[in-house]
Amino acid sequence: MPEALQSEEAGADGRGDGGAAARRPLLEVRDLQVSYGGIAAVRGISLEVAAGEMVCLIGANGAGKTTTLKALARLLPARGAIDYRGESLLQRAPHELIGAGLALVPEGRGVFARLSVAENLAMGAYCRRDRDGIAADLEHIHALLPRLKERAGQLAGTLSGGEQQMLALGRALMSRPQLLLLDEPSMGLAPIMVQRVFEVIRRVAAEGVTILLVEQNARLALSVAARGYVMESGAITLAGEAAALLADPKVREAYLGE
Amino acid sequence: MDTFIQQIINGLVLGSIYALVALGYTLVYGILGLINFAHGEVVMIGALSALTVIKLLAGSGLPGIAVVAIGVLVAVPLCMALGYGIERVAYRPLRQAPRLAPLITAIGMSIVLQQLAMIFWGRNYHSFPPILPETGREIGDAYISDLQIAILLLAAAIMAGLMLLINRTRLGRAMRATAENPQIAGLMGVNINAIISATFLIGSALAAVAGVMVSANYSIAHYQMGFILGLKAFTAAVLGGIGNVPGAMLGGLLLGLIESLGAGYIGDLTGGFLGSHYQDVFAFFVLILVLVFRPSGLMGEKVAERA
Repeated sequence: MPEALQSEEAGADGRGDGGAAARRPLLEVRDLQVSYGGIAAVRGISLEVAAGEMVCLIGANGAGKTTTLKALARLLPARGAIDYRGESLLQRAPHELIGAGLALVPEGRGVFARLSVAENLAMGAYCRRDRDGIAADLEHIHALLPRLKERAGQLAGTLSGGEQQMLALGRALMSRPQLLLLDEPSMGLAPIMVQRVFEVIRRVAAEGVTILLVEQNARLALSVAARGYVMESGAITLAGEAAALLADPKVREAYLGE
Repeated sequence: MDTFIQQIINGLVLGSIYALVALGYTLVYGILGLINFAHGEVVMIGALSALTVIKLLAGSGLPGIAVVAIGVLVAVPLCMALGYGIERVAYRPLRQAPRLAPLITAIGMSIVLQQLAMIFWGRNYHSFPPILPETGREIGDAYISDLQIAILLLAAAIMAGLMLLINRTRLGRAMRATAENPQIAGLMGVNINAIISATFLIGSALAAVAGVMVSANYSIAHYQMGFILGLKAFTAAVLGGIGNVPGAMLGGLLLGLIESLGAGYIGDLTGGFLGSHYQDVFAFFVLILVLVFRPSGLMGEKVAERA
């Protein structure tokens, strides 16, 4: 996966232009349906994420955003089609995804509280065998998130919420992902921490990592992403360029509190 | 005073055996949240299978220590295969079932293994052939045999090795991550089923060694020996804090000491009314006390998880 972390050539706005503009999207979801015991939580949504792009999925609490991400990461059974790098993910087990370059930063961070910060980062590189590459990525992540270096020996459970979010991000980056799925990275964080977390997300995107961002904070999500999908009651009701969505009266009223 | 030192020595030997068995309970509980009640039977099969090999080779002219070592080397892989099989047959199909279901299959598995052992090895007690040197040394008025020293050293080495495995290796890290959150560990690429199998393999290997230690130390093995031993080791695991690895080691040693000192003094304390054959009472008395006053055990849950 050469276009991951080290690559600096992708566009700063998150839209990597490797030249082949018309190639298939990195992630292609068609008619995805997920239900919990007969109740449909996601009702046939379709979306696409191109390589190098940052796309956000916004919507109210309970719209089905997290369910969508969990289905993509194969944590929930789903129907429809999930094509990643032109291959179906539906038959894959969750633990096979990270090796294929797909990493999820789950809602609520999901750091291993009883493991140290350094061990959490090492878990991110669990599937990798390239010692030199891992060491280089660790150094890179320490530069990006210096707090993690200072706290390397500390148990992750003793970190603040914002630091845990940084750790969850850093851990996912240790897998050298091609596609990063971020679930509500702003959740439960103080405003200043939210700003810092999103600054890091912006930089990761600028390094060429493709990102699908799920976020309740629509203004924030649309300010970093290139495109967005609006989700409501398990369906996608609007889609388009982030700037267009930010200007859309319906979005402004429903999600931006205006 | 001589009784005291002697009972401390006996207690440490017994306790280190409990600790090895307790580790099997605690490792599995840590990962699956399940009490593997068939674990005591793995210890028993380890003891009896090793003893079978040892008896076969006893007259071969090999030195006693080599014979016992061969017995251990046969029992360990056999028990590992057994532990792996128990998980595949009795627990894995019930991974999504209510918690009571695998508890029942655990008890069922325990009964099945005990009966199979009875059919194969008979109802009689099997005595350990006198092939080990019966030397020892005096410590004041107390006595420690070379066998006891060997048990203590081997148990200490195994536990140190296990701590290294768990705290310093990729497998150990994955085991700890899985114990904390299997779903997230899966997202990191950890194959949860492989980790669970590894846990059963490790626990069963420890059980096999412990089985040989028990039969060598008490010169006896029996198809029912796993039951009480398993319950006591389970008690030790609960005492230390079930799911906590150093806790199981501490709990094992403490329980061994409590039992040994209790047995040594119960006669004096009750004016001869109760004798040392009440030894077993102590373990279960401890279990009740822990469950009532400190259900999380001595070392359970020390990290507070923040939001």
